[in-house]
Amino acid sequence: MDAYLIETVIKIVVILLLFSALAGFGTYFERKVLAFMQRRLGPMNVGPYGVLQIAADGIKLFTKEDLIPQGVVPAIFKIAPVITVATAFMAAAAIPFMPEFTAFGYTVKPIIADINVGILYVIGVMGVGLYGPLLGGMASANKFALISTARAAAVFISYEVVTGLSLLAPLMMVGSLSLIDINNFQAGGFTHWMIWSQPIAFVLFLIAAFAETGRTPFHLIANDHELIDGFGTEYSGMRWGLFFIGEYANMFFISWVIALVFLGGFGDGSVLGALALFLKVSFFFFFFLWTRAAWPDVRPDQLMMLCWKILMPIAVVNIVITGIVMMF
Amino acid sequence: MEHYSVAHPYFGVFLLFVMTFGAFMATTVVARLASRALSSKSSEKIKLSVYECGPEVSKQPNRLSPQFYLFALLFLLFDVEIVFMFPWAIDFKLLGWFGFAEMLLFILLLAIGFVYAWKKGALEWHNIK
Repeated sequence: MDAYLIETVIKIVVILLLFSALAGFGTYFERKVLAFMQRRLGPMNVGPYGVLQIAADGIKLFTKEDLIPQGVVPAIFKIAPVITVATAFMAAAAIPFMPEFTAFGYTVKPIIADINVGILYVIGVMGVGLYGPLLGGMASANKFALISTARAAAVFISYEVVTGLSLLAPLMMVGSLSLIDINNFQAGGFTHWMIWSQPIAFVLFLIAAFAETGRTPFHLIANDHELIDGFGTEYSGMRWGLFFIGEYANMFFISWVIALVFLGGFGDGSVLGALALFLKVSFFFFFFLWTRAAWPDVRPDQLMMLCWKILMPIAVVNIVITGIVMMF
Repeated sequence: MEHYSVAHPYFGVFLLFVMTFGAFMATTVVARLASRALSSKSSEKIKLSVYECGPEVSKQPNRLSPQFYLFALLFLLFDVEIVFMFPWAIDFKLLGWFGFAEMLLFILLLAIGFVYAWKKGALEWHNIK
């Protein structure tokens, strides 16, 4: 039990530090990718190729004046960003980040809690992440924050339906909710990937992932030109920064889930499989940024119509078809 | 990759819960201390006011389009459906034709409700005017 406790604590510390750093690096990466797609250079001044821009931004966020604007509910206002970022990181508990490896004669499984409801837990915790924008926007006395909060609630809960329904079809084939079992189901190699047998579910889940992380085609929650910064309008300094870290951590974890469920994950668990998993995750992270550079935002009513009138019926039909094919 | 064989697999989740909340609460505390020591402060009163233009609101009216509440109701209906469908999907091979027929019936009943909501215009975004 002691060894297990120490191992779990080390894993949690590594994941917290690693993904906080990756979230910071993600902002740099996003600025660079967007800049290159618009034939600019992006951040270039701080450090070589602007790499130290992350450190500069971090120092700036920490040394901003700690403001509580008038009219807010201070306690809720302070806890909201922490809820966003903490729920984003809690989704990591059930995700196997890479195949097991041996270090100092001790076999390490890079998963914090090997629970048997893995994917359900991940969806659930990401759903709780709604409380960050919700409380943050309702606690600040700002019209734009309130509209953003209402949109966030509507979008998140609507697309949770699509997320759940699109995942049901793959789960019927696997017969287990654990992400390890889902990965092992596709261990046979390239032709066994879930994307070939469930292409519709893959597309639906990808679209829902964009809505759940609030990325660009569905970036209505903090739509800059109509809602200033949405629920983050009244925030400043590190509190605002925590919202940002939460968003980028969410992008990383949902990329991991997509790669594990639909693209074969780490396969049989070799070193090559681990590298392939990292490549897949990097591709999906890049895909989020690519879409931001290529697509305009949709309108809120279009977003809700897309969810309820198009994606949800398709997901239900996909489940029925999967059932019929599996029964014959 | 094989599964763990530990007595309490949810202990890791609990530990992660405590440690993430602790770490990020500590981050905000450190940020507050750092900004107290380092930041430049101005005594301008208006900087604390609401970030809006035009006449300031004294109190947030908290008024929203009823459309949002309709979506919340629809969500309740369909998310409960999905909660019922998860255990069915996991035991799909075990349940066979019986389970499949039951679920088809269940989906049919919900489809009737969905069509009703659609025809009633619950999915349209109404103009407030």
